[in-house]
Amino acid sequence: MTDTLDMDRRSLIKATLIGGLVLSFDARMAFAATAGQPATVLNAFIRINADNSVTIGAKNPEIGQGIKTMLPMLIAEELDVDWAQVHIEQTIADDKRYGAQLAGGSFATPMNWLPMRQTGAGARQMLVQAAAARWNVEAATLTTGGGKVTHAASKRTATYAQLAADAARQAAPDLTKVPLKDPAAFTIIGRSKPGVDTPAIVAGKPLFGIDVAQPGLIHAAVEICPAYGGTIRSLDDAAVKARPGILAVVPINSGYDPKGANDAVAIVAESWWVADQARADLKIAWADEAARQYSSAGFEAGATAAFAKGPDASIAKIGDADKALAGAAKRVSARYHYPFLAHGTLEPQNCTALFKDGQIEIWAPTQLPEPGRALVAAALGIEPAAITINLTRIGGGFGRRLSNDYMVMVAQIAKALPGRPVKLIYTRTDDLRHDFFRPAGWHGFEAGLDAQGKLIALKDHFVSLGKDGKPSQGATMDATEFPAQLLEHVAYGATYLDSNVPTGFLRAPMSNGLSYAFLGFLDEVALAAELDLPEFLRRTLGEPRTIKSGAGPMAAEFSTARARAVIDKVCAMANWQGRSGGNGKGRGFAFYFSHRGYFAEVVDVTVNRGGGVQVDKVWVAGDVGSQIINPINALHQAQGSVIDGIAQTLVGQNVQIVDGSANRTNFHDFPLARINAAPRDIVVEFVLSDNPPTGLGEPALPPVIPAIANAIFAATGKRVRSLPVVPAQLV
Amino acid sequence: MATTLSINGKERRVDADPQKPLLWVLREDLALPGTKFGCGMGLCGACTVHIDGKATRSCITPISAAAGKTITTIEYVATLPAGQKISEAWIALDVPQCGYCQPGQIMSATALLASTPRPDDKAIDAAMSGNICRCATYLRIRAAIKQAAGITEGTEA
Repeated sequence: MTDTLDMDRRSLIKATLIGGLVLSFDARMAFAATAGQPATVLNAFIRINADNSVTIGAKNPEIGQGIKTMLPMLIAEELDVDWAQVHIEQTIADDKRYGAQLAGGSFATPMNWLPMRQTGAGARQMLVQAAAARWNVEAATLTTGGGKVTHAASKRTATYAQLAADAARQAAPDLTKVPLKDPAAFTIIGRSKPGVDTPAIVAGKPLFGIDVAQPGLIHAAVEICPAYGGTIRSLDDAAVKARPGILAVVPINSGYDPKGANDAVAIVAESWWVADQARADLKIAWADEAARQYSSAGFEAGATAAFAKGPDASIAKIGDADKALAGAAKRVSARYHYPFLAHGTLEPQNCTALFKDGQIEIWAPTQLPEPGRALVAAALGIEPAAITINLTRIGGGFGRRLSNDYMVMVAQIAKALPGRPVKLIYTRTDDLRHDFFRPAGWHGFEAGLDAQGKLIALKDHFVSLGKDGKPSQGATMDATEFPAQLLEHVAYGATYLDSNVPTGFLRAPMSNGLSYAFLGFLDEVALAAELDLPEFLRRTLGEPRTIKSGAGPMAAEFSTARARAVIDKVCAMANWQGRSGGNGKGRGFAFYFSHRGYFAEVVDVTVNRGGGVQVDKVWVAGDVGSQIINPINALHQAQGSVIDGIAQTLVGQNVQIVDGSANRTNFHDFPLARINAAPRDIVVEFVLSDNPPTGLGEPALPPVIPAIANAIFAATGKRVRSLPVVPAQLV
Repeated sequence: MATTLSINGKERRVDADPQKPLLWVLREDLALPGTKFGCGMGLCGACTVHIDGKATRSCITPISAAAGKTITTIEYVATLPAGQKISEAWIALDVPQCGYCQPGQIMSATALLASTPRPDDKAIDAAMSGNICRCATYLRIRAAIKQAAGITEGTEA
């Protein structure tokens, strides 16, 4: 440990001493998911209060995934306090102090499972050492529990509060060496803990970004060039400025491409409603001719042309797929398509900022604060250290708030009005139009079976969006896309259509579209093999073994045994009896591996005479490792993921690009799932396996989409090869 | 122009455009931010309040239409008998995920329970269909309403 780090630690202790006795210590954050990257940081997560309650810092953005409750559970378990003693505080954004702070990729569990526990265990060790010194006994003779240290032999007990001042003077232990509890001794991990903010939510307390209150707060509405990439040719704001209550009109960069030119205009007023009303009087001529040439019709034509031409690039090539197909006993081919999707977080994008004396303080509902800091620093020409980012509770993320456009915009507005805190809020139309969309995709599949019905070759021509032959964000497919690694002959190729559409990650990114296309198509292949899909997958998975999956941060090991175990489990749960259905009732199955989680799902649907589809019941079997940390939240995440998949499939979500812009304006033309879309029951069971725990925000979503499509086929004999499901096509 | 509104048992004087939606008056003028902005068109239910006991979308209700009526918001609803039962059930079943829609859900559920003390599944889905939950907490919304109504699973509503 260097002097610099010790200085930091001392100043940190000093800073956090305000308000009571404080225990502070170094926490070395090991990034389990990205081992090998430099990731050593200093930290303080724990404050012991005078009343022997404990305040634990929650570092990650809370978007409804339950992380504000779950990460402190890990600390509290090893600190050995009762959950009732724990208060939880959201930390600010500071990844040097707290380690990575993000809500995405189902990363929080694998990245923090050990470091957060080590943080708690290290603090416990310092408290024990303080007691040992005070009583002049061996630390090994002391026990802890309920926020107390006990020496049984002499019947002495001290609370953590009584020991905290001494403990803070103990040397910080090497957190990689502190002993951790045997999971059998857990009293918090594995026990259901309701959301820490639930009572405040129910009482209507201000928690969210949109609720931020500051003295003298003013409000901004923003008119962004509808066509992505357009700029301001001319602006006449005289009529706006003549309206009562308007404080300023500020041309800004939209944040969509912070390196681009100005392409938005902010109206600032004492009231957001007043600012938004004034947009009607803005006269802006946009230079958007180049952007307006893009459309869904154009992309559709581009996909058709791409299929005729063949892929521009190879994604995966194993063996000789063409030769194997030529010799196959049976061949199956089909094309699949899924549309652009918006995220539709219920809290519209918003952000608050105060620029003063060259510094800016931001209150941000963001899933990814540090990249936002970098963008703001570049946009304002200030140092990252001059930016303070407070993390608010977030009214839905789903990947939308991995993009920080709102932060870039409000920072520019705040800089134009120094000394006044300003809150930017999107309307619902702004929010749906200026999203970072799940990219549309097209797949041209061809599969070959041998005489025994074994899958011997698979080809996929993947068509999506990009620029200059490079895929747009979220428009990628990995070479290991299931079941490539299990086959002898594979050819995956891609064409990326030139696009201006901002794209990004939607819950279970890539996987939400790929699972549908691949597992929908594989059900067709299984039928040709005269098998049901679970049995076809069992045979394709073959012997228990581990293979590579994904690349970069998503790289993971894929175990065929774990896959098989969840397939078997869900079939038992649902009493799967092979393909069954007809007369409007059908049952479908799918399995998918994503975000290190294995999920198999069975869906029962009813298709009515008008082609309307109701999901009646869903069974979910998942394997996310050895430990379900917070069972109640795990159930909620899985159930919510299933209904999210139902929404993508059945309620008509389909963003079209017209004149270079999304044409959806509100929840009547971009519907979200309502209560009547929810099945009567979603049964969830976890298969515990001897693997470190992994995340649950996403992996339960992908399989439900193909399972519904396959259930509709079972019910009607009609294949769903394009999303969303169109009822008229099922009649 | 001043408008007098009866909100949560108190008379509140507001100096705002009579056309300003009640939602924005609650949030901006009266420091009652529990009522949420979601769509601005009465499509999502996040802004639901009670006006004279009826679940009403405050984002499309100008204050001129609310004057002289009794307005209840999420900050006060637990003081009503049905609101207390609903709020307790919401906490007991840990209904929220992100929580943004939940004030509106609770207002709609409270209005349902006040008018229909033992709602069946159909009545629950009908009464709650105007409130979107993007996290899809719908199974627990149904269960919490039943719990608040004293309906145990397996018994007829």
